Amino acid sequence: MMFKARRFLLLALLASFFAVLAGCSGDQENWNAKDISGLMPELAYQLTDTAGETVTAKNASGNIRLMFFGFTSCPDICPTTLQKLSKAVNSLPESTQADVRIIFVSVDPKRDTPERIKSYVEFFSDDIIGLTGTEENLRELSKRYRTTFGYEDPDEKGDYAVSHSGAVYVFDRDGAARLLVRPEQQSLDDLKADLTALAVEDT
Amino acid sequence: MSAAEYLLPYDFSPLTILVYILVLGLYSYGLFRMPDGERPGGGRIFTFTLGVLLCYGVMQTQFDYYSQYMFFVHRGQHLILHHLGPILIALSNPLPVLQFLYRQIPAFALPFLAPVGWVYKCLQQPIVASILFFGLIYLWLWPPIHFDAMLSRDLYWAMNWSMLIDGMLFWWLIFDPRSPITTRALGYGKRMLCLAVVAIPQMILGAIIVFSRGMVYDVYEVCGRAWPMPPDTDQLLGGLLTWIPPAMMSILGILIILRRAMRDDVNRVSHSTAYSTAHSTTKEITQ
Repeated sequence: MMFKARRFLLLALLASFFAVLAGCSGDQENWNAKDISGLMPELAYQLTDTAGETVTAKNASGNIRLMFFGFTSCPDICPTTLQKLSKAVNSLPESTQADVRIIFVSVDPKRDTPERIKSYVEFFSDDIIGLTGTEENLRELSKRYRTTFGYEDPDEKGDYAVSHSGAVYVFDRDGAARLLVRPEQQSLDDLKADLTALAVEDT
Repeated sequence: MSAAEYLLPYDFSPLTILVYILVLGLYSYGLFRMPDGERPGGGRIFTFTLGVLLCYGVMQTQFDYYSQYMFFVHRGQHLILHHLGPILIALSNPLPVLQFLYRQIPAFALPFLAPVGWVYKCLQQPIVASILFFGLIYLWLWPPIHFDAMLSRDLYWAMNWSMLIDGMLFWWLIFDPRSPITTRALGYGKRMLCLAVVAIPQMILGAIIVFSRGMVYDVYEVCGRAWPMPPDTDQLLGGLLTWIPPAMMSILGILIILRRAMRDDVNRVSHSTAYSTAHSTTKEITQ
């Protein structure tokens, strides 16, 4: 009798374990990027824009926002990502384009002055919001999105590399975290499809 | 960063700090108030405190920062939360302190605590405890779940706390200081079997991580690593930490239980000889 009860308990435990696993992989919308709804907090920051003004996430609320961490002296990841993102945004229909904002956050405030960031982002598109801030504020923001950045030792010329997240965080119009895009793994079309789906979703 | 700053929490969690203060506070309260004869010695108090502080250290200092951004440090963190910390706490035998604290609970509160006892009894079935022990490791290292856990603050805390609580339950079941001969504690054979059963799946999982060619846990690529280390090296070290130390701890555990079983055996033999001698002496006297 005791043995039977134990076996039943064991089976019930196994069944619930697999039910949990199945629940984790079921009922997902077909996003190309990683769905992060509910995993991360809504967009919030207090940083400096390219005009030197303090801005918060409210300044661009109502838009779909693509946030990306980087630095202007970045040799490869940042330029390719910004190029890909602006290409994707610019190929959307005009009405949708106005709804989508790319946010470039420089995590290298020592070298990246607002002016420098301005000329950098304008090279890719007119609509990119360039931001930076004190290291403390930047650390807080990156921690909020479970990422980090670090500085390597400078060479003789004083140049140094900055390690940072390669991911793009996508927020919907309400500022809720929705997608995590890994630009090197996604084609332009996939990215466009995701952005269009997001734009259609809550108009 | 100064040395003091390394000791500050990376992700401050008031609830976690409160729990640790409560645990250490209740333990010291018990130590001071309990009768002298029952009080554990200095070595045991030190072992208990060391186990608790190790777990606290990996949860609420800058160690946690490195655990979030390096796979192998994360594996080290779980090695302490799920193995080393609970092992030290269980081996320090806090049972007399717990029993003293239990006696301080007013009688009217006891019925309310009964459900806790039922859940505890359910979880401490050897089969349930063993499956839970390696099942949790598999669950949190399941790549899609691991990805989410490293992205979500809530899931991350749920992961670390579930590992710590399960570690405490399992190792307490294994190192329960009560002898199965005189009490209803789990038999030594079953304890050793549990240790062997949980070691095998951990070794398999560790080996899979070590020998996989691609990136199994790419969340660390997305979030940036704490310092520039080749991803393969990070994954290899993490796999080794999942594979070797837990297997060694299972073997050590088996040896400790074996020693206890032999000691109990000797005690039982001497006890029964003493009994039979005494018995025959009385017989002789009565005759």
